[in-house]
Amino acid sequence: MPEASLPPSDARLLQISPEDNIGVVTTASQPGVSLACGAVAVTLLDPVPAGHKVALVPIRKGEKVVKYGAPIGSATSDILPGQHVHTHNLRSDYLPTYTLSGTDRYLGRSEDAKE
Amino acid sequence: MRGFLRSDGRKGIRNVVVVAYLVECAHHVAREIALPLRSRGVHLIGFPGCFPNAYAARLMSRLCKHPNVGGVLLVSLGCESFDRHELSETIRNSGRPVHTLVIQESGGTAQTIAAGRAWVEQTLRQLDSTPRAPLAVQDLVIGTICGGSDATSGLTANPAVGRAVDLFLEQGATVIFEETGELIGCEQLMANRAATESLGREIVASVEKAARYYHAYGHGSFAPGNAEGGLTTIEEKSLGAYSKSGKSTIAGLIKPGDVPRRAGLYLLDVVPDGQPRFGFPNIADNAEIAELIACGSHVVLFTTGRGSVVGSAISPVIKVCANPETYRRVADDMDIDAGRILEGRGTLDELGREIVAKVLETAAGKHTASERLLHQEFLLTYKWFEPIGPDCLPTI
Repeated sequence: MPEASLPPSDARLLQISPEDNIGVVTTASQPGVSLACGAVAVTLLDPVPAGHKVALVPIRKGEKVVKYGAPIGSATSDILPGQHVHTHNLRSDYLPTYTLSGTDRYLGRSEDAKE
Repeated sequence: MRGFLRSDGRKGIRNVVVVAYLVECAHHVAREIALPLRSRGVHLIGFPGCFPNAYAARLMSRLCKHPNVGGVLLVSLGCESFDRHELSETIRNSGRPVHTLVIQESGGTAQTIAAGRAWVEQTLRQLDSTPRAPLAVQDLVIGTICGGSDATSGLTANPAVGRAVDLFLEQGATVIFEETGELIGCEQLMANRAATESLGREIVASVEKAARYYHAYGHGSFAPGNAEGGLTTIEEKSLGAYSKSGKSTIAGLIKPGDVPRRAGLYLLDVVPDGQPRFGFPNIADNAEIAELIACGSHVVLFTTGRGSVVGSAISPVIKVCANPETYRRVADDMDIDAGRILEGRGTLDELGREIVAKVLETAAGKHTASERLLHQEFLLTYKWFEPIGPDCLPTI
């Protein structure tokens, strides 16, 4: 895991394991913001709340999304680097994820919660 | 470090007197005995049920003979099913002072409370002369648990505990991690780390059992708040919890009350066997903490993002806070500020070493936050388990 060398100047993006194709945004960030974690850099295409995931590389529909170096589910659509990765484009390979209606309301993306 | 030497060779890091009620009807009397003495290391535990249960009897026995326990007062109403004679005898055979008060035969509430306090006072004085022996890291059993998780738990506190776990295992300590129901999606990763292939198969089977059990209750352990915090799938949540276990080889799979006899990393299967029959596997975090302690844990590392404040009877709980904002809100209740990683004020390796130092300081006698605040939660409910199979504890 590379985070031991995390530059203190930019703790806003975490890539937990080098195999990961997503990063975790530690501070709510707006589209257009560029974030870097070691050698990995990405410019956000969506608003991403703190603790949420952003694609670091192109992820094709059906491809595994990898966090902690392990699959956390499959992409349900093609995802571009910089796009928010959550219930609207990622599905568990085990059990469906139940969300309350309005879970994503603070993103202004209530459509996503219905998927 | 020096520990309290017990007759089975184990060493305690505390020397508490346990007051144990054997049915809810004796709870009040037992609590009244213990309460004025709690700051002197008198802890209350007990089992509320009136019907017999082999799991509860086994856990009470393990807890009363835990290396952190120096003496035991049993408080019985008199007509409950719990076998107080057998429990008393096994405690006596361990060399600990033990006494039983039966409320129905002791003049009722007030007289039993007075007699109980007198016995505990006398026992506390007696415990001053408990033999001490050098205590090494290899003597320690460390439990890990998470509760009140949020999106930060899997980023800071859990992987930092994982670093500490690997450091402890390198030094020959024993570590227990748990909740197979919260490890769905990690079964193959764990099987790959198992000491033998057959242990790996047992681990996969234990997670499948947990998935079936939770399915019978109609849901897994993924709450809508988890998604709000940025977690998308059950396997993502599981991986965050799983990172507490570090990267070392898994030496065995145990069930509540099994005390590992060899150093190493053990997975504790806390989900009951057979058809679901006694309700939820773990109704709150302290049920799992009691099970970790019944497996011999001297100290429990508790990671929390939202900010749990609990401690435990018998063994100190060290709270590792994952979220820097939570830490600022409830700093008095926390022992480690792991969330500062998110603010660029520390790395996982630094936090791992800080957790190791905190455990050693606690083992040497310094009180944790929950001990200072006199948290002594305890929870034991009905469950049913089959014994573990021979493949669960490989001897290689």
